[in-house]
Amino acid sequence: MSAIPSQDPVAVAPSKRNQFKGNIMVVGCTVLGAAAQMLIKRGTATLGPLVDSAAGNIVSQVPAIAWNILSNLPLFGGLACYGLSTMLLVLALRYGELSVLYPIIALTYVWVSILSVTVLGETLNVFKVIGLVLIVAGVAVLGKKEQSN
Amino acid sequence: MKTPLSSILLVLLASFVGSFGSVFMKAGADRLERSIRGVLTNWRLPVGVAIYLVSFAMYTAAVKSGELTILYPMVSLGYLWTLIWSRLIFNEPLTRNKFIGIGMILLGVVVLNLGNR
Repeated sequence: MSAIPSQDPVAVAPSKRNQFKGNIMVVGCTVLGAAAQMLIKRGTATLGPLVDSAAGNIVSQVPAIAWNILSNLPLFGGLACYGLSTMLLVLALRYGELSVLYPIIALTYVWVSILSVTVLGETLNVFKVIGLVLIVAGVAVLGKKEQSN
Repeated sequence: MKTPLSSILLVLLASFVGSFGSVFMKAGADRLERSIRGVLTNWRLPVGVAIYLVSFAMYTAAVKSGELTILYPMVSLGYLWTLIWSRLIFNEPLTRNKFIGIGMILLGVVVLNLGNR
């Protein structure tokens, strides 16, 4: 008998509809994850060396290191995107099977590749295109409902 | 540039360790409660995140020597380990579509990285 009644877990019944909801949420995670990678890449490009070996004890440098990261807007934004992506993943995992939801994260590769071409000006080649098509097709097969036989 | 066996083994280990991160997150997610207390006492979630960070640190250490085109795709083997734990721990069915889908994703990641050479 605890003074504060703890609420029951909000159970999510396994159903095709809920699995689909989870799938869509994980796709959202991959978009956030790709944004995080791009922002962190941009942030680290302007980031100097974090640890000054001449300044002695690393523990005494922790506030300065923390400030260097937090004041770097792209880097901070990237880490925040990772945080949001993780929270969304946890919410998504309630709605379906781990073995279906988890591999969908591979779509992150697709968004990162698209952003690398459109934002960073990298070039595509036949390997990259075939790889991306295979990943998208694999995720589609995974999310497809099983034929009963 | 040759990829040392130690780097390959370390990335394999990182993918194996990391797959337990997803297991803890799923177990935590299934026990999620709609209260601040429920979320704060859900120890499985921070354990899952901590395992991810350990896995990431191992991967970072591993890729210091060796070819990224070989090492990076190996991280995706985590999907395969996760498939095994999903069956053993959460009793999820192993279906043909899951094997085919994960197989295509793994192949896609390998081919994609060949393009980065």
